[in-house]
Amino acid sequence: MTQPRKAIALISGGLDSMLAARVVQEQGVQVEGINFFTGFCVEGHTHAIRAKDRARPKRNNALWVAEQLGIKLHIVDVIEEYKQVLLNPKHGYGANLNPCLDCKVFMVAKAKQWIEEQGFDFIITGEVIGQRPMSQRKSTMPVVARESGAEDLLLRPLCAKNLPETKPEREGWVERARLYDFSGRSRKPQMALAARFGFEEYAQPAGGCCFLTDANYAVKLNDLWQHRGSRDYELDDIMLLKVGRHLRPKPHFKLIIGREEGENRFLEGYRRQFTHLKTLSHTGPMVLIEGQVGAADLELAARITARFSQGRDAEAVKVEIDDNQGAPRTLEVRPLHNDDIPKAWYL
Amino acid sequence: MEQELDARRILCPLPVIRTQDAVARLSPGDVLRVIATDPGVVYDIPAWCKVHGHKVLAIEEGREEICLTIEVGG
Ligand code: SF4
Repeated sequence: MTQPRKAIALISGGLDSMLAARVVQEQGVQVEGINFFTGFCVEGHTHAIRAKDRARPKRNNALWVAEQLGIKLHIVDVIEEYKQVLLNPKHGYGANLNPCLDCKVFMVAKAKQWIEEQGFDFIITGEVIGQRPMSQRKSTMPVVARESGAEDLLLRPLCAKNLPETKPEREGWVERARLYDFSGRSRKPQMALAARFGFEEYAQPAGGCCFLTDANYAVKLNDLWQHRGSRDYELDDIMLLKVGRHLRPKPHFKLIIGREEGENRFLEGYRRQFTHLKTLSHTGPMVLIEGQVGAADLELAARITARFSQGRDAEAVKVEIDDNQGAPRTLEVRPLHNDDIPKAWYL
Repeated sequence: MEQELDARRILCPLPVIRTQDAVARLSPGDVLRVIATDPGVVYDIPAWCKVHGHKVLAIEEGREEICLTIEVGG
């Protein structure tokens, strides 16, 4: 008996990659999944941070898809390598800070490296021509194949019939006639195929697989770069951008204010790295200060902290300030009035 | 062999990735204890174990920490 051919499928957690993997699985190919963690992925952890979402199960969509398909899933940490993709995208950005085309090239290149190391035969993605304005156009399909080095080992089962034949088709590892010709932005063909496979539940349609497509997140990331004077980041930076209210009252410092219990607890974990504030006389948020601050800045920060506490209407609120150098200090301040917080401070 | 993995103060999917890396260095029958703080691990690590054929022997949820005991599959 001949060994079945082996393919690695890029699994994002969305419907398209799930369908693409199943289409190839159906043809007797042994499929495993690969998922790349860039640090920007919209994952279960954003729910884990926010306590109010606790009742809902927090699942990792890519793992959930793997469970549905009955395939192994390899999750790869690409946080460091991804910096070059985000900071210097050859093909530029999409609507926000999403370097989708470079990102695709990068991920397929990583998958190519993986199949060489693991002795797999080809790569599958859920790409559909015309599905996304930037990264999934007819003209970008060959770009991804070529620049990633995957060339004709890259099979897109959902739109293969609209593309030149690849090696898996030529060699008869998969039958071209049983692949698809989806194109355009409509989700109907995907829905129909999902129904045929009996997939009743799946994650959000194309759009939000990462925070870089989020306009608000992009504002905060740009602000970080601008005020640091350099376009760089660490994992902690990009994690903190996902949490809390971010207010910049002065160019040289920013406040990160927990919005509820889960976020407060998450921010607590960073207290040794940041000057932080807490209200003592009233229930209130955990607040981190990013930047170098003087006495007047601290007072302003304390008044803002008081504003977001239960004592917002009180005459005075006691705020503890800890700069991690010796004992914390306590300030008694009048909460800043809402009208005194300019909209422009909110990031 | 029994091993312990400190996956505290990192968020999913990082605890899963660290678990995956640790398991890759172990042999079938070995036991790995993962200590984590992200509540998401209660879902993600068992899901990962399931697709890879490893067995979750126990999940202990404390106030601050969660401990998962995994037996590496063949
Ligand atoms: S949305 Fe994010 S993860 Fe998806 S292709 Fe674009 S940059 Fe990459």
